[in-house]
This record gives sequence, structure tokens and C-alpha cells, in this order.
Amino acid sequence: MQDFGAAFGDAFRLLLGFDPALMEIIGLSLRVSLTAVAISGLIGLPLGAILGVSRFRGRATVLVLLNTLMGLPPVVVGLLVYLMLSNAGPLGPLALLYTPAAMIIAQTILVTPIVAALARQTIEDMHAEYDEQLRILGVGRWGMVATLLWDARYSLLTAMLAGFGRAVAEVGAVLIVGGNINHVTRVMTTAIALETSKGNLALALGLGVVLLLLAVVINAAVMGLRSTAARSAHA
Amino acid sequence: MPFDTPTSSRNDRRVLPIAADGLVVERAGRRIIDNIDLEIGGHGVTVIMGPNGAGKSVLLRLLTGLLRPDAGRVTWAGRRPDRGRAPALGMVFQKPVLLRRSALANVRYALRTGGRAERARRAEQALVRAGLQHLARTPARMLSGGEQQRLALARALAPDPEVLLLDEPCANLDPAATAAIEALIRDAKSRGTRIVLVTHDIAQARRLADDVTFLHDGRVVEAAPAADFFDQPASSAGRAYLEGRLLID
Repeated sequence: MQDFGAAFGDAFRLLLGFDPALMEIIGLSLRVSLTAVAISGLIGLPLGAILGVSRFRGRATVLVLLNTLMGLPPVVVGLLVYLMLSNAGPLGPLALLYTPAAMIIAQTILVTPIVAALARQTIEDMHAEYDEQLRILGVGRWGMVATLLWDARYSLLTAMLAGFGRAVAEVGAVLIVGGNINHVTRVMTTAIALETSKGNLALALGLGVVLLLLAVVINAAVMGLRSTAARSAHA
Repeated sequence: MPFDTPTSSRNDRRVLPIAADGLVVERAGRRIIDNIDLEIGGHGVTVIMGPNGAGKSVLLRLLTGLLRPDAGRVTWAGRRPDRGRAPALGMVFQKPVLLRRSALANVRYALRTGGRAERARRAEQALVRAGLQHLARTPARMLSGGEQQRLALARALAPDPEVLLLDEPCANLDPAATAAIEALIRDAKSRGTRIVLVTHDIAQARRLADDVTFLHDGRVVEAAPAADFFDQPASSAGRAYLEGRLLID
């Protein structure tokens, strides 16, 4: 077992020296999670907005389902995506298993319900306020969805950041569908798991520090957005 | 949806006269609108008055098509309300609902016809009329209460509506802000916009009304030219209201 203090020292040397192995892992992590969040936004924001302004039979059931999906266990998502993408699975011929694409798919499935559920709540509250005014102005259903998405943009960005935080920190799904292959599918969380089990605490700690810093950056961004929104009375 | 499909014809955008025919609205077994017939045509300012719960705001919502009656019907220029004619009907609520955008963007949002330059010009003009041009770039929700209501009024008037309906627009405003709103209403009237104003404020009604529709318990108990109503109200309920007696029954 390495000395703890020495491990910390090594970790910061790796970080400050922009160690290529470390940077490669961080880069892939960001690429996978940011792509997944972008796709989740494209699906989840309109979906949440439509749910927020619609009233239909079975809506309550859909909302319960959506809120439940917010808490999907990453390993279960990993398993399901694995089953779909494995050679014997329906999407086997695409040969996506153990590629970054598979990881993006898994994280998109994890994050979309979060973005959609948070967007739904935000849009529904704003819709209650805007509905009569927009109808008076002759705005139709789709115009209303577009208006609400734009006017709620700050809150929705916060929802996206929450989704990103979830994606970049999860390990179960990317480990199963990515396989933690060096230079191919190794991301921060899977690398930490592996390096810790190998006793290579310096690299694990270095990555851990990066993850923590990311968490700080995300929360600072959320607070920054909130105060910007409050300043311009968007909140 | 409260509206029928938009009309395709562009010249057929008239909404006046707005007619109500046997309107009934029931809530929890009580008739809050009880068989109202009404026609809003011609010119001038109609003030709808009455005590709390008389059905004034509900009646206004029925006339705009926001609310569907349980019985009876509302027509705009002889046809059922539709979304395509929305620009011809402006509405200002008691509490202004402003978009989370600049003052100018709020007005521009209400202008759906005409080219970009034309819309910008009309939005600018609407702000000037409301005396808000210096606040054009300010986020609408940063404005004061009076400025917000003026902006809501400017936005409602920007498309040059045939008729403007206002639901107690000055209820939360101080006298100066109220005077500014009343000036805007008079200005709109002078440019030919038909005005329908719901108010509690008898003094305001005296200042603005050309005719008065007095509501009590969901019914029109009196509809008369303003001078007649204020000098010699024909109904006992109207008389009691004007004398400041409390109408409780």
C-alpha cells in the first residue's frame, strides 16, 4: 500500500504535468458525457415541455414512470444496453459494444429522464402562469412549447448540468458497455475503479480530484446561472 | 382547445360585434354566470361593474374565448371565436403576465404579421405611446408595477386590436400609475379601439365609461349609458352599489 501523502503528491504531479494518459482519459470522459447530455437535451427538453403543457388520460402514470426513471440504477441500464448491443442482441450487427458510442447510448438513457422530468416541472409551472396570456395572443400549442422552452432557458440549463453531473460520475453503465479498454473506452470513473484495485493510487486520486473539481465547476455554474437569471429577472 | 381552427381568410379578421347569447357558467352547483345576453359593438368604453363575485372577470374570459360557457354561446362578428382573429382582440389582466424578455421583445412577441422591419417599427411605436421607449432593453420583469401594466397595455395595443378588454388593470396601482393607464385607454379609444373595462373603482368608471353594464349574482341587472346609470340607476342593486352600501346577499 502506497503512502497516502505520496499518492496525493503524485496525483498533483500528474495533473500539473498534463500527463498524457490522464488527459486522454479525461478527454474521453468529457466527450462521452457531454455528447450524452447534448442528445438527452434534444430529446428530454421537448419531451418535458410537451408533458408540461399537455393534459391527457394516463398522464399521472407517465409522470410517475418518468420520475422513477430518474433513479435508474446505472448497472441496470448498462446491462440492458449490453443485451441490446451484444452479438446475440437485436442491435448486435451494429458492432457498437465496447465502443464510446455504446457508452454514449447508455448515458443518454440514464440522463434523458432526468432532463425530461426536471424540464417538465419547470415548464408546467411557467405554463400555469403564461397559458391565458399566450392564448389571448393567439399562440398555438407548438408556439407555446417553443416560447416556454426559451423563457425557461436558465432553469433548463440547470437541468442539463444536473444531467451532466450524473453522467460523468456514474461508473456502472460505462463499465459494462464500454469494458474499460485502455485508449478506447477508459473513462475517469472506470479508470479509478481499476487503478484502485491495482493499487495505483496516484492515478486514481488524480482522476478523483478532477471529478471533484468538475463537481465544483458544475455547482458554481449552476449558481452563476441562477444569479444571472435573478439579475435579469428571468427566474 | 378553446379555439376553433384558425381562419384562412386574411380580410376576415373582424371580431366586432362581440355577442353573448344565453351564457351560463356553473361551478359547484352554483350559477356564477346566469343567462347573460350582451352585445359589444359600436364605439366607446363599456365599463362592467359589480360587487365581488358578480361574475365580471368570468364574463370577460367568456367574451375572449378563454373560457367556454356551460350553456349559450359567444360569437365574434357572428362566428365562433378562433385563434386566427386573436390579434383583433387585446386583453390586459389584473396582474400583467410578462415574458422573461426585454420590454421591447415583449411587444414584438405580440406582433405576428408584417415583415421584420415593420414589426420592429410598430413595437417601437407602441413603446413610445406608453412612454416606455427608454426602458426598451430592460428585462420586462425588472420594471415597476405601473410600468409592467403599461407594458402589458402597450403589448395588447401593438397589433392595433379592434377591441381591448381590461380586467381591473389598475387594481394594484397607485394614483400616478392609474392616471397613466387611463391616459393610454383614452388614447386607444380616440384611435377607434372599442374598450371593455372591468373595474371596482366607481370614480374610475365615472371618468372613463360611455356606458355601464352592471352585474350582480351572475346576471346583468342594468345596462345603460354612463350618465343615466350614475345619475339615476334603474336597479336597486346598482343604486346600493353606487351609494357605497354593501351588497351582501
